[in-house]
Amino acid sequence: MNHLDAARSDVHPMEQAAPAEMRQAQEDRLLRTWRSPSGWRYWSDVNNTSVGVWYTAATFGFLLFGGVLALLMRIQLAAPGNDFLSADQYNQVFTVHGSVMMFLFAIPVFEAIAVLLLPQMMGARDLPFPRLSAFGFWAFLIGGLFLSGSIFFNAAPAGGWFMYPPLTSNYQPGIGPDIWLLGFSFIEVAAIAAAVEMIVGTLKCRPPGMRINLVPLYAWYVLVAATMILFAFPPLIAGSLLLELERAFAWPFFDPTRGGDPLLWQHLFWLFGHPEVYIIFLPSVALIAMIVPTFVRAPIVGYSWVVLSAIGTGFLSFGLWVHHMFTTGLPAISLALFSAASEAVAIPTGVQIFCFLATLTAGRVIHSIPMLFTFGSLVIFVLGGLTGVMVAIAPFDFQAHDTFFVVGHFHYVLIGGALFPIFAACYYFFPLFEGKQLSARLGRIGFWLAFVGFNVAFLPMHLTGLRGMPRRVYTYAEGSGFDLLNLISTVGAFVLAAGIAVIFWDILRPKHRQPLSPRNPWNAGTLEWLQDMPGQPWGVRSIPEIDSRYPLWQQPHLMRDVDEGRFYLPDAEEGKRETIVTSPVDATAQYCLRLPGPSFIPMLAAVTTGGFFVLGTFHLWLASLMCLVLALGVIVYWLWTGTAVIPEKETKDVGLGLSLPLYVSGQTSVSWWAMFITLLADQTAFVSLLFGYFFFWTRHTDFPPSPDAGPGLLWPLLGAALVLMAWLLTSIARYWNKRDLGMWVHAALGVAALAAVGGIAALLAGPGLARLDPTSDAYGATVWVLLAWTSVHVALGVVMQAYCVARRWAGRMTARHDADFANVQLYWHFCALTAVLTVAVTAGFPLVARG
Amino acid sequence: MDGLGPSVASALSPASPEAARLAALFWWMAGGAILIWIGVVALTIYCGRVGSDVHDPFAERRNQLLIVGGGVVFPTLVLAVLLGYGLTMLPPLVARAPDARLQIAVTGEQWWWRVQYQRPGRAPIELANEIRLPVGERVQFHLASDNVIHSFWVPSLAGKVDMIPGRTTFLAVQPTATGVFQGVCAEYCGTSHALMRFRVQVMERDGFERWLEHQATPALAARNPLTQRGEALFLASGCSACHAVNGTRARSTIGPDLTHVGGRLSLAAGILPNDANALTQWISRAGSIKPDAHMPSFGMLPADDVRSIAAYLEALQ
Repeated sequence: MNHLDAARSDVHPMEQAAPAEMRQAQEDRLLRTWRSPSGWRYWSDVNNTSVGVWYTAATFGFLLFGGVLALLMRIQLAAPGNDFLSADQYNQVFTVHGSVMMFLFAIPVFEAIAVLLLPQMMGARDLPFPRLSAFGFWAFLIGGLFLSGSIFFNAAPAGGWFMYPPLTSNYQPGIGPDIWLLGFSFIEVAAIAAAVEMIVGTLKCRPPGMRINLVPLYAWYVLVAATMILFAFPPLIAGSLLLELERAFAWPFFDPTRGGDPLLWQHLFWLFGHPEVYIIFLPSVALIAMIVPTFVRAPIVGYSWVVLSAIGTGFLSFGLWVHHMFTTGLPAISLALFSAASEAVAIPTGVQIFCFLATLTAGRVIHSIPMLFTFGSLVIFVLGGLTGVMVAIAPFDFQAHDTFFVVGHFHYVLIGGALFPIFAACYYFFPLFEGKQLSARLGRIGFWLAFVGFNVAFLPMHLTGLRGMPRRVYTYAEGSGFDLLNLISTVGAFVLAAGIAVIFWDILRPKHRQPLSPRNPWNAGTLEWLQDMPGQPWGVRSIPEIDSRYPLWQQPHLMRDVDEGRFYLPDAEEGKRETIVTSPVDATAQYCLRLPGPSFIPMLAAVTTGGFFVLGTFHLWLASLMCLVLALGVIVYWLWTGTAVIPEKETKDVGLGLSLPLYVSGQTSVSWWAMFITLLADQTAFVSLLFGYFFFWTRHTDFPPSPDAGPGLLWPLLGAALVLMAWLLTSIARYWNKRDLGMWVHAALGVAALAAVGGIAALLAGPGLARLDPTSDAYGATVWVLLAWTSVHVALGVVMQAYCVARRWAGRMTARHDADFANVQLYWHFCALTAVLTVAVTAGFPLVARG
Repeated sequence: MDGLGPSVASALSPASPEAARLAALFWWMAGGAILIWIGVVALTIYCGRVGSDVHDPFAERRNQLLIVGGGVVFPTLVLAVLLGYGLTMLPPLVARAPDARLQIAVTGEQWWWRVQYQRPGRAPIELANEIRLPVGERVQFHLASDNVIHSFWVPSLAGKVDMIPGRTTFLAVQPTATGVFQGVCAEYCGTSHALMRFRVQVMERDGFERWLEHQATPALAARNPLTQRGEALFLASGCSACHAVNGTRARSTIGPDLTHVGGRLSLAAGILPNDANALTQWISRAGSIKPDAHMPSFGMLPADDVRSIAAYLEALQ
């Protein structure tokens, strides 16, 4: 660290540590406050250190499950004409393998690791919404078990992980596709919840002084990937909604005989599906970005380059989705444009790789298992990237598309770009959550088995594909020219599996007799390594002030000062869980956030929402609706008892002479940000539905049909006017609430709710009175789905208005303490926008389109 | 072997200028990719070993060079060349050939191929799971589906083109070598997706014309007692509910047209050899040979009856 000697610090912790007995008392209080519950109540824990471990363990369980499915496929394909699996079993197996690896491993493992590490990396006590993390975990677990379990009942989806209609809409009558659509929608909701948590966490829960240019690269990547989730998942949720409406109620969005179009699904699916690859890839690169500097003992070279490249990759990834549709008969100009755009993503990816290479030259590389996996990852990923450059050239894709060439390509990308970095991270971060190190010997054996096995399995596939073997075939004819290649792939797959088994054994083996790892065993520079071995439930002993990218290297005595409580929040005087919220750019302390403690409510909320989706799969509509009502009840109880609680005092001395408010509302508050971010995702789903409307317009000359065939003008305009009135009155009510005009607030909200209900009635009256049949053609279905979407949102807005009235009446909301009201007002801004857009399109566009 | 005789299935053994261009594109890209991969790995090893202990006054310059040169300039140049080379071959690949003499409509079914040779002003000649082409002549395929999405792929002749319900897609190719080429469905289309294959035979001009002329004629009348019995059973046992045999009262178009089934290169969409034994097997247990096939298994018919029907079909040369 010689060249870091020049580092100096502008940060001033307390000159003197508190006396030993006082520090002991502080630690006792912190422990009492942060301790995980014991016995069966352990599962009510919401602390990120518990939830993160459960979450990670569950995703690794699904990785194993998906891996076993892969081995079944490889056994089946080992020889031509094999009958180890039947056609139907094989189709279920490849569908579940792909779906599990994508939705139950690759994406959630990023969220799981982030839940576990992000607060530690930013010296925060926890993420801003611990109960939301717990909810996300339980929802993920329920949905994941439901989906994976279906294969044991021979009822698993068999439509491929891409679920193309009409196969999945009209040709698979079983519940398999419903399990996929509803199960994954449920999990996607959980994923968005986690993304909200990540974004607010990285923006608002950094330690004071950690300005935006000092943020650890991992947090940057998480911020980018979580933002991508926000815009990538909603198109799929919207698509799943449409496909399920078609399956359950015969609304013909994808049925060409009734004006639908199967390609609409492909657009919505790949609008999600392509960014998704980078949502998996970026957080894994993020792990490498933390590991490499540690083992070179030098800060990352090209920090800004890396950040800009990550952001650039995120942006570009939304403009590439059509390269999954090159063979659908698109015009040459589209093919050329999307080819070029797809190639462009190689540039930011290259920049990131070369930044890591430059970092290697900045010091001396210390050999270790995490670095071994990092190098392995690079070797594999670069090849996957290069074959990606090949398939992005549309003409070549005409041959390679839907063959084993592509199977080889994306396994190189995903296993090289995601799985190997995750294994590197396992070996690197493991001491943080068990206080012990993994075995270097087992790590080396596991690495070489996995590395060699992987290449033996997947390298031949490129040739298999070009020799004519399409994907998703359960068998092939003898003498096809790829018998031997398939056998080699199968052998390689088992060697890879053996390597992964060794790594899992290393993680799971009992380590009682093994000594504790030294603190900061790798001599790393970032805040997560402040942690004691084993870690304490409170996370950091005191929340430090930061003025460097590698504080443990660049801020002298940081560990001592943190340990001795010389920084912020060294105590839990009131026995409440607390962390500091800072401003998004400069990270100046804004307020002290009281975090909720253990509770079974998130689990209950996940069980009831899960019930809604699971029972809906079986078309048990009544039971399903009851679950939804229960879920709403649980969520309202959760909000009522657990959020926007008025503190016993206005401000708190957090140490070092800093006094921070305990209650804020509006843009300073993390809850306002969470609402805003959630609504961005919600609005994206809505825009995806609008996309459907305009997609049909480009496809059919008679879409929309003559203006009088639709909802007309009168009712939609009336509906919009009433919703806008409700919106205006909600804003006025908030204004009056600030001036403490109690009765006026109630009156305004009451009238607003009435107007909103009237608005819903008017919006639905348009197509209702015009007898527009959603099952007769895609036009009716699209108009109905837009109006129903808007109505549900307005109805939810009414619930929120009622909630505000109730809160005020109960004295839980005052003129000063109006965080809920600020969030409800924000919701209504978006609600009004949704209504205006819906009416403009459904009522206004036919006038324009038909002259 | 599947008993179907040799066929060429590889995109790397091209038999048309289109496929040849794509194979060349692959080899160039593969060579370039391997070189770049070796370069990056070598650079990684170098960077990992070079290490610096002291403040290197040139470090900043070198890093800048590495990041900008390796991450921006180099990929931009390579990709520009690649896009220039790869995309210029695009227009001829997607060009249509409305003036080609041979216009062939292929419709994807679950899990077989309906093939119709269009004839101006006359009903098309319909056959199934088999395409024959004259060597050296440009032909245009009209690709469609009225059920799920399929994809039409003959690797040695051209890249694949999807068959999407509600649309027609096009593919024009000009085979330059005679031979039998394997075709497959490349888009997952349900349970027996793997068993949806076909063969393309590229023939000399004269042979092709004779073949096509013959395909246009009605089926040969059954000549011996066995095939006559087979024909009667074919019409009586329900086969004609789905199949057509021109020249008889079997006219349904639900299943494959069987007018000249005995003369085809394979059975059941390229998965069985075309002989009496395979026909018997297929008639009695279609569902277990091709899971979820729409064709019912006629295992309940007496074995003699099945053999007679098979003999009749085999004689439909």
